[in-house]
Amino acid sequence: MAAPKRGRSASAQSKPGRSLALILIAIVALTGGMFASGNTTPRLGIDLAGGTSITLQAQNEPGQPNAINKTNMNTAVEIMNRRVNGLGVSETEVQTQGTSNIIVNIPKGTNSAEARQQVGTTAKLYFRPVLAQEVSAGAAASASPSASASGSSSASPSASPSSSASSSEKATGSSSASPSSSASPSSSATSQGRAVTEALKAGSTPSSSASASSSASPSATSSADASASASASAAASKLEAEYTALDCSKATQRATAGKTAKPADATVACGQISGVWYKYVLGPARVDGTDVKKAQAVYDTQTASGWQVQMTFTGGGAKKFADVTAELAKNASQPTNEFGIVLDGEVVSSPTVSQSITGGQAEISGSFTQQEAQSLANVLSYGALPLSFKTQSVTTVTAALGGEQLHAGLLAGAIGLALVIIYLVAFYRGLSLVAIPSLLVSAVLTYAIMSLLGPTIHFALNLPAVCGAIVAIGITADSFIVFFERIRDEIREGRTLRPAVERAWPRARRTILVSDFVSFLAAAVLFIVTVGKVQGFAFTLGLTTVLDVVVVFFFTKPLMTLLARRKFFASGHKWSGLDPKGLGAKAPLRRTRRPAGPVAGPVDPKEA
Amino acid sequence: MSKLGNLGARLHRGEISYDFIGKRKIWYGVSILITITAIVGLAVRGLNMGIDFQGGAVFTTSKTSVSVAQAETYAKEASGHDAVVQKLGTGGLRIQIAGMDTEKSDATKAKLATDMKVDPESINSDLVGPSWGDEIANKAWEGLGIFMVLVVIYLAIAFEWRMALAALVALIHDITITTGIYALVGFEVTPGTVIGLLTILGYSLYDTVVVFDSLKEQTKDITKQTRFTYSDIANHSINGTLVRSINTTVVALLPVAGLLFIGGGFLGAGTLNDISLSLFVGLAAGAYSSIFIATPLVADLKEAEPQMKALKKRVLAKRAQAAAEEEMAEVRVGGSEDPEDAAPAVVGPRNQPASRNRGGRGRPSGKRR
Repeated sequence: MAAPKRGRSASAQSKPGRSLALILIAIVALTGGMFASGNTTPRLGIDLAGGTSITLQAQNEPGQPNAINKTNMNTAVEIMNRRVNGLGVSETEVQTQGTSNIIVNIPKGTNSAEARQQVGTTAKLYFRPVLAQEVSAGAAASASPSASASGSSSASPSASPSSSASSSEKATGSSSASPSSSASPSSSATSQGRAVTEALKAGSTPSSSASASSSASPSATSSADASASASASAAASKLEAEYTALDCSKATQRATAGKTAKPADATVACGQISGVWYKYVLGPARVDGTDVKKAQAVYDTQTASGWQVQMTFTGGGAKKFADVTAELAKNASQPTNEFGIVLDGEVVSSPTVSQSITGGQAEISGSFTQQEAQSLANVLSYGALPLSFKTQSVTTVTAALGGEQLHAGLLAGAIGLALVIIYLVAFYRGLSLVAIPSLLVSAVLTYAIMSLLGPTIHFALNLPAVCGAIVAIGITADSFIVFFERIRDEIREGRTLRPAVERAWPRARRTILVSDFVSFLAAAVLFIVTVGKVQGFAFTLGLTTVLDVVVVFFFTKPLMTLLARRKFFASGHKWSGLDPKGLGAKAPLRRTRRPAGPVAGPVDPKEA
Repeated sequence: MSKLGNLGARLHRGEISYDFIGKRKIWYGVSILITITAIVGLAVRGLNMGIDFQGGAVFTTSKTSVSVAQAETYAKEASGHDAVVQKLGTGGLRIQIAGMDTEKSDATKAKLATDMKVDPESINSDLVGPSWGDEIANKAWEGLGIFMVLVVIYLAIAFEWRMALAALVALIHDITITTGIYALVGFEVTPGTVIGLLTILGYSLYDTVVVFDSLKEQTKDITKQTRFTYSDIANHSINGTLVRSINTTVVALLPVAGLLFIGGGFLGAGTLNDISLSLFVGLAAGAYSSIFIATPLVADLKEAEPQMKALKKRVLAKRAQAAAEEEMAEVRVGGSEDPEDAAPAVVGPRNQPASRNRGGRGRPSGKRR
């Protein structure tokens, strides 16, 4: 926009009508575009419309100092976007801000708590072999209200029916698959005809029989795992004690269980399957989340086994995964042939393994819905990012307060504008006929551009932005003041209005450009460097500064030139604001005014 | 016509003028005093950093009948931390809990809602991790630094390094004073305040730049004349742009005042209020510093130049001579008017008569009117 303007400004001097027409066309085009695209109001930010805004800060994982870069951040944004919008929150917006921050804006009316949980989950993903697993005591209470009576007894017999009930709801697919628990890998291998891809069974879903056995003899399994892997060390007994004490149905215990575990140690953890909390003993992490190169949810059309998650491992990861699956496949019984996919201390999935999976590709299948499969895939690919995120701020604004703030902001703007207009009228009289329309043109342009920027660059009008716009009234008005004072100075020197306007303009123009540049520089630096609310403010300030230059060049000056031809102004009417007597023009020059007019005339083009 | 217009005219012609440059020592003194007060205030009282800078939570409720003291107890119970509760203009409460973890906030919010018997969905919350404020502040400092470097470079190119330096001093002056006032009065510092402070950057310089622009224009051919020293012209520049400076400041302050009024009166504490408060203080300081600090500083720096020293010598010599002549020809004063009037009007003091030994564009006002 700036380039053509500069070229034309010279000709605009002599043809004020043309630049006026130009800006009118611009206004019509912008407002037309605004109505045509249906964005008649600027998009409102969370603080004005209500909703929740979360700021996350990326942090490098130890040993990966340069992980915060554009690619990784964009991947993180993409994954988060899918995660939150997977909740059915299509309006949720995830954006990077600055170099290391991600802003998540969740509009009003969506389940902000759930979205927040999704977003705020710190992604530390490990694959750990499962050593023991059982339904956690009291799980039935939270799982199924119908079973609450029996579940409250927390005895193992009551737990196992509830687990079977719960597994039946998720594992309709798996129960159909679980009979073939031993057969399915081979069948899928043959049907798919791919040697590299191996099938895993999803979840602990594996049927009532498995859960019954695990719940029936927790001591047996734990002792078995102790003998199998941990070789009865002190750590193992401590773990066992922890495991026995752990009650995953309690949120307070869940919050701490396994969260601080080192990857190299065995740990306890909780995991939820179909609404039932299970507790686990997990071996040391064998595969890192960063070993996963890619994960995606696909619909398997060939075997009609529904949604599944395909993983691709990196070179090192493929080997590690082959090793661990080879070991696990030796354990024929549940749950020791499972590995837990542990995200931030919580088991998100624990598929069974029936044979060693080599080649770096694996599939997790089960009775996934599309959403479940996608969510698991997201978790898996999220783990591939060597970044963790820390919640820096969470702002929740009710729609009522948002509306109130918007109202107050608009009111403040209106009052500010009115005060400025009153001041201009009082001080500049007739000249306010130039100033007020200029302010209005500026306001219309700002509004239209803000509305159009909403869908194009995700500009959202927030409270600081409103503030910026209000402050900009002053900056815009100041440009007129610089110009008007220059004209007055010229009149004081004894010139008539028309030459005065033409002589004043080049000087005023330079002042306006220089000072607007400083203002714009401030806005630009703030916009690039800062984060959060400051950025919105800087953006509006910069936008309005640019518009100020456009308006002064294309509207104020031409309008002034036109008005200078009117008798009302040219004759220096008392109310024109340009009354030479009132301004105290040099009295003696009055005498020489007649010769001065023509003399001053030819000077103008030179100056312009 | 308005009085100010008339004043503008007289300032323009130099009929009346305030000797900003001549009295600069006084204003330097005043500024140094204020700055020292501000620094002492900062050192002794420190800034009252808001929740955003120390981490914690702010809950804002809708209209409620729970009293402030009650809410404080509730909040303390719910969070385990001390809480500060304010009543808002809307009838709601603003509960600030410092040092609270972002993870605990949901539980606290839920508990508060049950205690106060309001819908948890109607509570606004603002939770900030302890390092977020640092992030904002650090970025702001970074922005400040980058901006200062860029603007000094720009001003040094557009004007000259002396002006850039003076503008920088004025800028630092403004920021020190504004933060000092925050420390002394004990206003809470929020990201909104930082926004306001950063805006002052642009605005303070904006004002200074306009004065410098006129100064640059008028001193273009300064060495070709012997009537005025740099300081004289600088003083005239300030006086000439005084009306504009006043207008600009008023026009800038009016919307900010509107914001402050609405922000304070309607919403109680909030972003609007924070931004406008620091803007208000900063704008006032900015207007003051561009007139009383920046330009006199430029004059001082300029007068130290050998060229300008020589000019000053010539001017003073000429004035002494003129004074002597004037004494002899006191009677003939009336006749000197005509030739000067016929000269084409040019902005700047070149066409001014040297008939006066006063600093400014001394024209005997009594004779004119």
